[in-house]
Amino acid sequence: MNIDIQAEAITPRRQTFSHIARRFGTDKAASRYEEATYDVQPVANFHYRPTWDPERELFDPRRTAIEMADWYAFRDPRQFYYATYNISRAAMQQSFDDAVNFVDKRGLVGSVDADWRAMFAAYLLPLRHVEWAANMNCQLIADWGYGTQITSAAAFCGTDRLGIAQIISRIGLVLGEGSDEQLLAAKTQWLDAPEWQPMRRLVEDLLVVRDWFELFVAQLVVLDGYVYPLVTQAFDRAGAAHNGSPLSMMTGFLGDWFADNSRWTDAVLKAAAGESEANRQTLGDWFDRWDERARAAVQPVADMVLGDRGASAVAEIGAQLQDRVAGLGAIAEREKAA
Amino acid sequence: MTQPVSITLQNSQDGFAIAEAIMADNPGAERRSMPAMTKIDRPGRLEIKAASVSERLGRDWDPQEIHLSVISLSGSVDEDDDYFAVYWR
Repeated sequence: MNIDIQAEAITPRRQTFSHIARRFGTDKAASRYEEATYDVQPVANFHYRPTWDPERELFDPRRTAIEMADWYAFRDPRQFYYATYNISRAAMQQSFDDAVNFVDKRGLVGSVDADWRAMFAAYLLPLRHVEWAANMNCQLIADWGYGTQITSAAAFCGTDRLGIAQIISRIGLVLGEGSDEQLLAAKTQWLDAPEWQPMRRLVEDLLVVRDWFELFVAQLVVLDGYVYPLVTQAFDRAGAAHNGSPLSMMTGFLGDWFADNSRWTDAVLKAAAGESEANRQTLGDWFDRWDERARAAVQPVADMVLGDRGASAVAEIGAQLQDRVAGLGAIAEREKAA
Repeated sequence: MTQPVSITLQNSQDGFAIAEAIMADNPGAERRSMPAMTKIDRPGRLEIKAASVSERLGRDWDPQEIHLSVISLSGSVDEDDDYFAVYWR
């Protein structure tokens, strides 16, 4: 008997969903990212207005001062949707686990100068409270934001922040040799230590910002733009003189995460600022307001860790942040202080 | 006449991105869509640039990852950190 196996090619009648085809044309096969994010936001037929905000619709672009003709201009360069996000973050978690296990198994934390170990705990561990607040803020952006492109990315970012809070907690457990005493001490510092109070004040103020795009600028661009470079660069370098490299192994991942997240925040800022002069003005005002607050909030922590070099470290990071945001067109180029 | 080289890729998210990168970087390449796979032919040489694929995927793409998407290829292989090429000696 002769069996003839043939594949019959059936040409699909269409390549993608209608809402994607309307945007990109019918013949182009869309990527999963495009299918998951473009034009998914409900825009009509909302019926009742929410009791918590009766002035507006359930989903309403007017919850921010930023105006966009098309809310799908915030393409995430990382193209995160459920699968790509999880693949990427699983790899990050793995690299962190490997680093911590390496440090933990060999007892390397014990080789760090005791003074620096205490300083490290004092500057890193309270940040888990900052990260938790960042999660809340990201979820507010996901909740009140408009356009799936930015809300889904914000939800992913929020999950990242919970993950980072857990990672910092894990480092606290390693420092406490398995006990939670370091974490409890860090919470007391967060609540009572004078170095942390401007930061706590700022974080609590951010929790009640109601314009979600302003929150995006204040938390994800400005505050993160100070905290991450300080912790992963300036503080880390200061630790080198105290044999701090085992601690750097555990925090190195934070710098990688911030670089990754900044690709997204840069793209969002650039798109919003490029839309109109009014947006650029609004972004600039928000940036200035929160830049001043964030600078004042990190200063006492930087002074605690770096002593008399704290002021110059914060000024340097502030200048880098200004350059970065000016490069995206969100604030005007300024004359640099000499 | 130069013999054609070819590469056949799965129709997966990575496969689509690789196919698009090839079509953009290799003028004269011919693309044929088949059920679940895409075959690309070109006389002489096909080059897959890591930078082009990374740009389309939104992440750093290592040319070694191509083995997760390749069904078949014909030609000699030249592989480096930033490209993967198929050619005839």
